[in-house]
Order: sequence, then structure tokens, then C-alpha cells
Amino acid sequence: MINIHNLSKIYLTKKGKVKGVDNVSLTINEGEIYGIVGYSGAGKSSLVRCINLLERPTSGIITVDGVDLTTLKSEELRQARLKIGMIFQHFNLVSQKTVFENIAFSLKAAKVPANKINDRVEELLVMVGLSDKRDVFPGQLSGGQKQRVGIARALANNPKVLLCDEATSALDPTTTKSILKLLKKINSELNITIVLITHEMDVVKEVCHRMAIMQNGKVVENGNVYDIFASPNKELTKEFIESVISFELPDAILEKVTGTLVKVVFKGDVAGESVVSDTVQKFAVKGNFLHGSIDYIQDAPLGIFVMELTGDRAEIKEALKYIEERTAHVEVIRHGV
Amino acid sequence: MEFDVQHLVELIPEINESFLQTLYMISIALAVAIIFGLPIGILIFITDKGLFLQNGIVNQVLGFIVNMIRSIPFIILLVALIPLTDFLVNTTIGPKAASVPLSVAAIPFFARLVETALRKIDYGVIEAAIAAGGTPWMIIKDVLLPEAKSGIISGITITVVSLVGTSAMAGVVGGGGIGDLAIRFGYYRYDDTIMITTVVILIVFVQLIQLIGDKIAKAVDK
Ligand SMILES: Nc1ncnc2c1ncn2[C@@H]1O[C@H](COP(=O)(O)OP(=O)(O)O)[C@@H](O)[C@H]1O
Ligand SMILES: [Mg+2]
Repeated sequence: MINIHNLSKIYLTKKGKVKGVDNVSLTINEGEIYGIVGYSGAGKSSLVRCINLLERPTSGIITVDGVDLTTLKSEELRQARLKIGMIFQHFNLVSQKTVFENIAFSLKAAKVPANKINDRVEELLVMVGLSDKRDVFPGQLSGGQKQRVGIARALANNPKVLLCDEATSALDPTTTKSILKLLKKINSELNITIVLITHEMDVVKEVCHRMAIMQNGKVVENGNVYDIFASPNKELTKEFIESVISFELPDAILEKVTGTLVKVVFKGDVAGESVVSDTVQKFAVKGNFLHGSIDYIQDAPLGIFVMELTGDRAEIKEALKYIEERTAHVEVIRHGV
Repeated sequence: MEFDVQHLVELIPEINESFLQTLYMISIALAVAIIFGLPIGILIFITDKGLFLQNGIVNQVLGFIVNMIRSIPFIILLVALIPLTDFLVNTTIGPKAASVPLSVAAIPFFARLVETALRKIDYGVIEAAIAAGGTPWMIIKDVLLPEAKSGIISGITITVVSLVGTSAMAGVVGGGGIGDLAIRFGYYRYDDTIMITTVVILIVFVQLIQLIGDKIAKAVDK
């Protein structure tokens, strides 16, 4: 649905050139929710804003549904934007217009006949759960309600793509959950491709199918969200994962550990404990669980255990090999003394 | 200083007429300022760098003209525009004639105030309208004007207050008005009664305009 090829965005500022996006290539498939994570300044907004040409790429090609937006004339670009919805961190509603008028704006832009606008707005309000707020001004709405209006405005013309730039970053955790739930519903019921930008790994874990991690304008790692959680390759990725799934052990415990400290990741329904107990029987090693949890990446379970293995060095090596074969990922955190 | 009530009563008709002349001049100048200044202010804003109708030439030419007119002292403008005044209203004397230079001065003044009001709009809101596929005209009508409405009303208030002061100079071309009355009687003839009365009228008038203007600006803000 969205093809990004060697995209760079360079800003010319008084202090010189700033690389917002640095040679990024990504493919976002139709119907998926694609997450882009990174710290502030990583280039996420620059990247997503190039998709609907709020920023013009300095070089590279982006196509949305097969169309390269940079080749369009202004009226054609406007038409193309009707099919690419966008929501924002600070909602960006017209404060002096009612909820109805804010949503109707999109429909007027698409030249929807006046007598059809009312019905369509009502329909959208039902979808986002704000039927009773039709004639209210944004100032009287909560953050979550404002974002719902933003979503209704973005979806008014049945877009193929919805771009979300930190759409939940200004919301509290409960409201974030409800907005994410709505986005999930939109994705599955309307088959709208969603590109979701965030600095919160929670959000990705909650709703995204695939993801990319950005730093300094570059994509450092990308892939299936579950696989990335199960076996992250880059330090930055691990850092982000640890912000939502923590396996940190208290120092007091760590001091007592003398054996080899390993982290074992189990995918899906593999029974983690049984693999470990088999290992302990098969090899001359002792296992000691220090930390364990099962997390759900959307609906798929992911088990992560931290344990201490003690025994002969060669035996431990064999045992690790055996565990590796039967689980998703084994990582030695610290070798035994 | 001396305040002579008898003298005041005698001059009530004259004060009355002057006040109406002031209202007349201000009304015309304000109407012209809104008709021309509003679009000019909008045009300067939307043709600026990074905005949706970015156009360096239009922006700079308009900005230059606005600055130029604003830098000319009003008394000079008043005299310099006599030919234009004659052409437009077929007279160079009286309140009607004075309305022309007042209007010319008020247009760029108000245009800058409109531009300032537009600049206060959160750019994200404009950007959201662009992302939604809004046409330039829709963005002006449904985003810029509503969002800047309160600021534009404050701009109108400031323009009226400024016109009250400027219109006092209209006496140079026999424009009349309350300010002119104050100068003629109070300043040249040392008529304390008229001076005090007109100054009080002007003070009350300006306070009232400001009060009403602020009330409206607040009332329209949602
Ligand atoms: N309009 C701009 N002008 C100049 N520099 C910009 C502009 N927008 C973003 N940048 C710079 O580009 C880099 C990436 O910014 P951004 O895309 O906003 O990152 P993120 O959304 O991940 O926080 C930052 O260094 C930022 O300062
Ligand atoms: Mg950002």
C-alpha cells in the first residue's frame, strides 16, 4: 500500500542542514497496522509527513496505492489527500467550529453534496462513539473525545490509509487504550492501513502487526512486532522492549548469582517450564528461576524467563544449545564465575 | 482654567455636529479598512514562507506597500492625497474628503492587525485542514477566519480607537469632527470649557469602544 524507497528529508535551517530522514526504505502492506517507534527527534514525524506530502521529500520515492504524490499537481494532490487520513498528537481541531462542522470540513473538501453531509457525519459520530456531542465545541471535550473527532474527520472520505502522528501521546493510559481499541476496530472492520508513530513501545505492542525502530533518521530494525519482541537484534530495540517488559533483577539477587545467567524466550504455546525441566534432566546442570513472565503481544503469548544455570562449563554449553533448539531465543546475560 | 456651563449649553449644537462628523469619518474609514485590509492581511499571511499559497513576490510587494503607507505621517498623507480625494469624492474639503486619507491610512494598519491575528493560529490546525484535502478558499473561510475571529475583532477595536485620534487632524482639510473642535476652540482660542468637554467626550468614547470591542471579542470566542 505504501512503498518508501531511499527516502531522505533534509531541512535547511539557519544552523545548516538537518537530516530528518536518512535514506529510509520500507514497505507497508495493505490492511496492516504499522508502528514506527523512536525517541523524540528520531525522524518519525518527518517520515510520516512525507507520506501525505506535508513535507516534500528531499530525495527518494514514496508511493501510496501505486501513486507517487510528488508528481501530482496541486488539485490532484488535494484529491489524493482525501484518501489519506491523518490524526495528530494535539488533535488540531478548529476550536471555533462545532464537532459537526469539523467533520463536515473533510466532506466539503470532497464536494459531498450538502444533503448527504448530515447523514455521513452522524454515521461517523456513531462509529467513534460521540453521537451526543454533535453540536459541541472542541473546548468542551476531553482529550480522548477530541481525538475521536479527529479520527472521524480523518475517516470521513473512506481513506485507504490513516496516518497517526503520536495520536495517543497526549492522552492518559486509560484513554490511550480506548483510542487504540478504536484504531484496531477501524483497521479490522474497514480494512484501512494504519501507520502509527509513537515513542511508546506499549502502543506498538498493543496494536501493531509490524514495526520499525528509528534513530537519527534511519530505520535501525524492522519486522514483525512479535518477532522483534521475541528476538531483538539492536541495543535500541532491546531498550524499547525493556521499557514495557522488564526483567531487571534486584542487585541483592544478582550478587548471589554465581552460575551462568541466561534469558530464555518462549514463543507461542511452548511450555517454558517443561523445556527447562527436560534440560535439567538431560544434562548435568542445575536450573534456578529468577524471573519469569508471560506477556501477550496482542493475542500471542511470549514467555520470558531469566534463570541461573550451574554446573560444568561444557555441560552448560550443551544445555544452552538444547534450549536454543526448542525455544525462540536464548541469551547469556552473564557467564558463571 | 474656567468651566462655563452657559457657554457649553450654547455650543451643544456645534459639539453635536462635530461628534456626528467624527462618527461619519470613522465609519467610512473603518468600512474601507475592513473591505480592503482584511483580504490584504489574509493575502500577506497565506503567501508567507511555509504557508499554503506561498508566493515571495506577492508577499513582499504587499508588505512593502503596507509598510510604506504606514511610515508616512498622517498629516503628510492628508495633503499628498488631495488629488486622489478630489478624483474619488469630487471635493477636497469637509468630512467626506477627510474620509479618503483616513481610509488609506486605516487599510494597511488594519491589514497588519489581521495578519497578526492570523499568526496566532496554531499551525497544526491549518496543517490538519491541508491534510484533510481542504481547498485554499475553504481553509481561509472555515479555518483561518473562524480561528482568528476574536483577534480580528480586537483589531477592529484598535483601528477605531486609532481613527478617533487620527481624525482629529482632519481639521487641516476642514474635515471637522470632535478632535478638530478641541483644537480649534481649546488650543487656538484657549476655550477651556470646550477643551475640557471635548476631551471628556473623547475619553468616554474611546473607553466605550474598547469596552464594547473587548466584550464582543470575548463573546465570539468559543
Ligand atoms: N521543519 C523543520 N525544520 C528543521 N528541522 C526539523 C523540522 N522538522 C523536524 N526537524 C528536525 O528533524 C529531526 C527529526 O524530527 P522529527 O521528524 O520531528 O522527529 P520525531 O517525530 O521522531 O520526534 C529533528 O532533528 C528535528 O529537529
Ligand atoms: Mg514527532
